[in-house]
Formats: sequence, C-alpha cells, structure tokens
Amino acid sequence: MEEKLLKKEDKIFSNLYNEFGWEIDSSIKREDWKDTSQIISKGREWIIDEIKKSELRGRGGAGFPTGLKWSFAPKKVGSRPHYLIINADESEPGTCKDRDILRFEPQKLIEGCLISGFAVNAHTCYVYIRGEYLNEGKRLQEAINQAYEKNFLGKNACGSNWDFDIYIHYGAGAYICGEETALLESLEGNKGQPRLKPPFPALVGLYGCPTIVNNVETVAVIPTILRRGSKWFSSLGKPKNTGTKIFCISGNVNSPCNVEEEMGISLKELIEKYAGGVIGGWENLQAVIPGGSSMPLLPKKICDSINMDFDSLIEAKSGLGTAGIIVINKDQNIIECMARIAKFYKHESCGQCTPCREGSGWMWRILERLAKGEATHSDIDLLSDVTKQIEGHTICAFGEGSAWPVQGLLRHFRKEIDKKCIGEPIIKKKRNIPYLVDQHLLEKENA
Amino acid sequence: MKPKIVYKNQPESFKFSEKNLEIAENILKKYPKERKKSAVMPLLYLAQRQNENWIPLAAMKYIAKYLSIPYISVYEVATFYSMYNLSPVGKYFVQVCTTSPCLLRGANQIVEICKSNISPNQNEVSKNKLCSWTEVECLGACVNAPMMQINDSYYEDLDKENTNKIIKSLLEDKPLKSGSYRNRKNTAPENSNNLNGGKIA
Repeated sequence: MEEKLLKKEDKIFSNLYNEFGWEIDSSIKREDWKDTSQIISKGREWIIDEIKKSELRGRGGAGFPTGLKWSFAPKKVGSRPHYLIINADESEPGTCKDRDILRFEPQKLIEGCLISGFAVNAHTCYVYIRGEYLNEGKRLQEAINQAYEKNFLGKNACGSNWDFDIYIHYGAGAYICGEETALLESLEGNKGQPRLKPPFPALVGLYGCPTIVNNVETVAVIPTILRRGSKWFSSLGKPKNTGTKIFCISGNVNSPCNVEEEMGISLKELIEKYAGGVIGGWENLQAVIPGGSSMPLLPKKICDSINMDFDSLIEAKSGLGTAGIIVINKDQNIIECMARIAKFYKHESCGQCTPCREGSGWMWRILERLAKGEATHSDIDLLSDVTKQIEGHTICAFGEGSAWPVQGLLRHFRKEIDKKCIGEPIIKKKRNIPYLVDQHLLEKENA
Repeated sequence: MKPKIVYKNQPESFKFSEKNLEIAENILKKYPKERKKSAVMPLLYLAQRQNENWIPLAAMKYIAKYLSIPYISVYEVATFYSMYNLSPVGKYFVQVCTTSPCLLRGANQIVEICKSNISPNQNEVSKNKLCSWTEVECLGACVNAPMMQINDSYYEDLDKENTNKIIKSLLEDKPLKSGSYRNRKNTAPENSNNLNGGKIA
C-alpha cells in the first residue's frame, strides 16, 4: 500500500500545513512565480489549450472542465471589460480546503489569478471570501501587498505586459453566495439571490460584463500545471478525473485532517492512512458523505470499495462535490444527522423559488418527526415526493443540494427509517406538536 | 432564512468617524466609479465595527445617502446576510458551529456550556453585559471540529473542559488565545509522520 500514496514531488500544495511559512520569499523558494512571464508570453491560446489537455475539472463542486469554461469568454474585448472572480465563499459543510490555501499558499492563488486573468482577458479580479474568514482574508491581503511590492501585480504585472489588480470582497454569512450568479449579485451590492441562466456569466456576468468565476483550488493549481506540463497533471488520477485534490476528512475519525492526494484514491485508504481510521474501527462505519453535505451519503457496503473521483461517485449515485468527506459511525443516529443537514438547508435557502423555500422546511420537519419516532409510513412517501418536487424546479442547484442528501438517506437507510415509524397517522391523534405547521388543520372546523 | 429582529431602542443618528470616512473612500476605489452600490456590504461592516458590533437603522440610512442609493436597498442587504447584527451583542460574541461535522464531534456540549454560563437563550447578553452567544451554520473549519468563533477568531478542536475555560475567561474579560486547543499543526493529521511525502513510520 505504501508506494500507492502520492509522492512528495507530485504534491502541489507543499505548504498545506504551514510547515515552511506563507510569506512571499519562502513561497518563491517553493517555485511560485518561477518563469511566470515566460508562461504568459506563450499566449492565451496555448494556456487554455494546455489546461484543456490537463483535463482539470473545477474544484468547487460541480466539476466543470476549467479550460472549456475559459473558452466561453469572448476572444476579443469589446466595449465591456472582462472580470475574473475567485469564489472563496467556502461554506459547504465538511469543506475547509480553501481556507488553508488562503492562509498558507496565498501566492499560488495570486499567481493563478494573474495567469487565469490573462487567459480570459481580465484586468480586474475580485476574490469573494466568506465573511467569517476575516483573518484568512487579512492574510491574503498581506500576501497581495507583498506581490505588489515585487511588481508581480499592478501595471505590467510580473513583466508580462499585462496590467492586473486583485481586490478582496467579503461575504456576510450566506451559503447561497457560493453559487456563482448569487455571488455576482452579492458583489454588485444586492441580496445574494441566484440569477436565471442563460445568459451565463461568461457572457453577461458582473455588471453585465463577461465574467469567469473559478474556485480557489482550481485557480491555485493552474501555475503548477503550466510549469510541470499538462502531461504530468493528466498522468495522475485517471482519464477525465485527473490530477490531485485536497480532501477534507471530518466527523467520526480518529484524526480528522486535510490532505492532498491523487484523484481516484480509494476512500478506505484515505480514511485509514491519513485520518487514523474510523472511531471504533472500520466495522463501526455507518455511512460516509463523500463530497460536502449536498451529496447523497454512501452506506458502508459501498464505502468498502469506492474510489474518490467524479465519475466513480456519480456511478454510485453520489458525487465528489468539494471532496469534503464526513464520516458517520454507528454510534450516531443517522436520521438525526440528516435532519441537521436538512435544517442547514432550511436556514440557508435564499427564499427566491417556492419549491426550495417551502420544501426545505418541509423536509426538515418530516425528518425531525422521523428522528423523534413520531412519523408515519405515509410520511416517508411524502418526504420522497417533496424531494422530487424540489429537484429540478429551482433557479439554482441549491434545490438539488437540499433534496439529494434526503434521497440518499431514503435510498440506503429505508429499513432503519421504517423501523422508526409508527403505524397510526399522527393527524388522527390530535396531539399538540409544535413543529407541525398545519396545526390549525387539526381543529375540525378548519379541516 | 432566520428572521432578524431589529432592536427597539435605536439611536437617533449615526455617522462615520473621520478615520472610517477615509477607509470608506478607499473601499469605494475598489469598484468602478458608476458601481458605488457594490460598496454597501463593506460599508455595513464598517458601521458595525464602529457601533459596538451591531448596525442601527440610522447607519443604514446614512450609508444609503453616502452611496446615493435608496434606503431599502441597504435595509434588504442588512437583513439578508446573517453576519450583520441588527441588535446589540456582547463585547465577546460567541458563535458556535452546530452543523453536522461539528455535531458529530460534540458541538451540543458546547451549546450546553454557553447556555449555562452565558445566557439560557441565544442572542441574549450575559448578566455582566460582556458576552452573548448564538448557534450558526458551518464556519468552514470542519476538520478542527468542534469549534466556535469569538468575535473574529476561530477556537478549534474544543472539548468540554477547555470550552468551559474559554467561556469563563470571556466572562472575566480576559479572553484566552484563539487557535487549536489540542496543539495541532493547523489541519495536519495528528499522530502521524505522514505530513509530507508518503513516509509512514
């Protein structure tokens, strides 16, 4: 097993734990900003082509091919300027990888911004950081200032004949602002409610201008890919799921951690080699949420053999998402755990689309009833129906994100749920249950 | 969305201090000249900092005038985002993450400690006016769970004992330092030589 682990020289984020210092001088020693102007002088076609060949897929959750996204931006700048936006609004439960990049590898991000900005014809870049990451934002600002001092940013950035500026914009605690169009709304000074697509941001984005929105990790790996070559990157992992990825392993493991590994590593190996194994041993594993809370959970049977990459997980009816792995062992009540996730979605729904706004609360209330053992068998069908009514009927993917985890629970833990149900419909009992919204229907005259 | 309660006893007026006016001018420079509205979020933060960590309605009106946008545009932003406090909070504002990854590692215990030491209800200032607490959704430090945020800083890898100590230190107005409470190196795996390069001891 030993030789299977990612080799030191293949790691991109060598300072993930801040062993060597985050300042610009020590990151230059780690080969950041090496030959940047030469890379840029090869032209934007070469850069986009190289990223396409590397088969890099966006690290923010959806896994959209980055090179392809860039090629959607207009080739020539018209009357409207282009913008590059970095999505650092990391709020997906189970995910904390971007925080480490902002804190300990800021120069990788800044260099990536310059190269990506050049590739999509943008002179201005906004980094949208979640408001809670205030200290991480301050760190990034310091790093940006250091880069300005060395003339890596500003006029003729890094000797590339390209003017480039980076600004930080803080969010204020809204999960939905991680959705790219909601992020743009927020950046324009509005409530963070997603826009209808099309038009896509690549053509009509920030202030109505062509805009490319990329995740922090995606942009931070770009300089390394271009320096070491697309062949190196695509030799890691497997076709269409190439390269390395930062996995965040949290929950019931002996030593939760962030770790950079090759795509397609087996889940079991990841948990046992890095996170010290499941608390109580592998046999004590109940389920794993493989990609942040929006992705359906996997029961132990699947976890035994699953590999962590986009396509393998889609085959298992889940997804890699942000690679935030939440491990749940048998000491936990799985229904309570999913009810908490449903509460999260109820809290964070932006309220724009009715199916999501109403449905997320509905799912939470049914799951709470289930967890307390007050639900009936017909509630399970109702729950399943509500998830179907939300999925696909909303402006953004938040609807799917809230419905999928519940569907996953129903798919894999139906037996456990059935055991928890009481036969008698609760409505007949005329009991005062505060979280049942249609309480007034219990009164006969209102029914 | 959680409904936000606007505080009853509102101050009559608000304006930025001279130092903050200067900062506000610099904030405006980040955005295109005709897109002043983009500055509404940073300006709300600025007002919140100036006014003991909460935003009065007068400040929203002031910001609306400052940016020449309607008052409602500021109001809707201030009420939409959860990090803008519309009622006073304690000098030390404790936000406990209770989303699943933290819950799995015992965030409930931290909530209980807050309840018994600070105040039985969320968003209620403690008796000595120093501290208030609230439950929040994922703060993005899941591998250091359970954790809480006190004002701007993260307190990570907590357990019952050290949470008690931290909360007591706040109530005595001598806050303990932030960071990991298990002497961890950031997000690295513990008890492992695996840090860099696949060496296993």
